Amino acid sequence: MTDWANILINAGLTALYLFLAICVGLLFMGIARKVTARIHNRVGPPIYQNFLDVGKLLAKKSNIKHNWIFDFAPLFALAGVLLALAYLPMGGYRLLSGDGDLILLLYILVIPALGFALGAGASANPNAGVGVMRALTLMLSYEMPFLLVLLSLMIYYNTASLTTLLEKQMHSVWAIDVLPISALAADIALQGMMMEKPFDIPIAPHEIASGPLVEFGGNYLGMLMLYSAGSIVVETSLFVDLFLGGGIVLNPAVYGILAYVVNYIVWFALIFVVWMIAIFINAVFPRFRIEQAFKFYWKWPTLIAALGLAQAYIMSVILGVSV
Amino acid sequence: MTPENPNPLPSIIPEKDWKKIQRMLSKRSLWMVHFCTGCGAMEMPPTMTSRYDMERFGIIPMATPRQADLLLVTGYVAVKTLKRIVRVYEQMQDPKYVIAFGSCPINGGIYWDSYNTIKRLDKYIPVDMYIAGCMPRPEAIMDAFLKLMKDIDEGRADGWLRYKKYYEKYKANQRRVFKRWDE
Repeated sequence: MTDWANILINAGLTALYLFLAICVGLLFMGIARKVTARIHNRVGPPIYQNFLDVGKLLAKKSNIKHNWIFDFAPLFALAGVLLALAYLPMGGYRLLSGDGDLILLLYILVIPALGFALGAGASANPNAGVGVMRALTLMLSYEMPFLLVLLSLMIYYNTASLTTLLEKQMHSVWAIDVLPISALAADIALQGMMMEKPFDIPIAPHEIASGPLVEFGGNYLGMLMLYSAGSIVVETSLFVDLFLGGGIVLNPAVYGILAYVVNYIVWFALIFVVWMIAIFINAVFPRFRIEQAFKFYWKWPTLIAALGLAQAYIMSVILGVSV
Repeated sequence: MTPENPNPLPSIIPEKDWKKIQRMLSKRSLWMVHFCTGCGAMEMPPTMTSRYDMERFGIIPMATPRQADLLLVTGYVAVKTLKRIVRVYEQMQDPKYVIAFGSCPINGGIYWDSYNTIKRLDKYIPVDMYIAGCMPRPEAIMDAFLKLMKDIDEGRADGWLRYKKYYEKYKANQRRVFKRWDE
C-alpha cells in the first residue's frame, strides 16, 4: 500500500512541478512583453496577458487539415519539452535522472525542436520550410560553442552527471566564479537557443511570416505557445543549473522541506535574471541574417569557449585544482 | 445557429458560462492581421507604436491569417483585392472579426464611380465595425477597438456566425463581381 501511496505522491509532485514550470514560462513571456514595451517607451500589456492569449487559443477551434503528422506535432513538441523539464533540476528538485545525464540532456533538448520541425514540414508551406531550415542551421551554429562549454565543465568538475555537478557547486562556489569565460560563451549561445533578437531568424515574422508557425492556428497554436513557455524555462534553467549552482543555497539533506522552498525561490530569481539579460538584448537589437549568425557563432563565442576550455584544462589537469 | 466552439467540459462548466469565458478571453487578446489595401495603412504605425500603443489591450499584429482573430481592411477594395480578402477571411479560425476603415469600404468613398472597386464591403464579407472618416485618425481606431471589445463582450459581434448562416448569399454576391476565381 505504501508503495502505491509513494508513487501517487510522486506523480502529483511531478505534475505540480511541470504545471508550475509552464506557468512560470507564461509569466516570463508576459514580463518580457511588458519590459520590452517600457524600453520602447510604451505602456505594454498586463503581465498576465499571455495566460489570456493561451486561454483564447485553446478555446478556439482549429479547422486546418493537412495530415496526421501536422495534428501530432504540437503534442510531440509539448511532450518533448515536458520531458526535458523533468530531466532538469528546478530549484534542486529533480523528477528523473540517470548516469551521464549531461549528455542525455543534450539529446533530449533536441526532441521538442524536432517535433516542431516535423509539424512545420508536414504543413508543406514554403515559409515553414524556410523557417525549419534556418532553425536547424542556427542549432548547428550555437551547438559548437555550447558543446565546448559543456566539455570545459566536465573537465573541471570531472563528471558528466548533472546531480554531481550541482552537489559540487553547492559545497564550493558557483561555476560562474571559477569559469567566467565559459559562462560568457554559454550566455551568448543561450541567446541563440532561445531565439531572441539578434538570432530570431527562424521565426522572423516580417520576413517569412513567423516561419514554422505559419500554418498553425487556434488550439494547435495554443499548444505551441505552451511549448515555447516550457522551453523558456528549460533554457534559462539549463544555464542556471550549469553555472549558477541550480539556485541551491540550502542543503536539502540538512534543512528538509524548508530547503526546497528556499531553493525554488532562489532558482526563480536566478532564471529571471538570465531571462532579463536575454530580453534587454532582444529589445534593442535588429536581426542577423542566417549566414551572419553562423559566422558569428563559429567565430567569437567559439573562440571564447575555447579559451574557457583551455582555462578549465590548465586549472584542473596541470594545476590540479580539484573540487 | 449553434456555436462552433464546443464546451470541453459540459458537465462542469454550464454552456452559458463557457460562452461568457470564451468571449471574455477573445476580447482581451485580439490578434489582428491588417490587410493594407489603401491609405489607411499609414494610420497603423502610430496606433501600434509608443504614441497610442494598442498592445495595452492585447492587440498585436500577426503575420498570418491562421493565427489572427481580427481582420482590418484599411481602405478602398478593388475587385482583385477583394478576392484576396475573402481568401484571407476564410483562412482565419473562428471566432473572427472584421473592422473596415474609412469611407471607401462603407460606400465607395471617392472611388464611387470607379470601374474596378466595390462599394460596400459588407455585401461580400460580414463587417463587425466600420470606422468612418477619410482617413480615421489613430484616436478613432483606438475607439473602434474598444467598441469592438465591448461588442464581443456583449455577444453582438457575430459576423462569423452571420457568414456561416448566409454563406450561400455571400458567395452569390462574391460570384457576381468575380469573373473567375483563379486570377
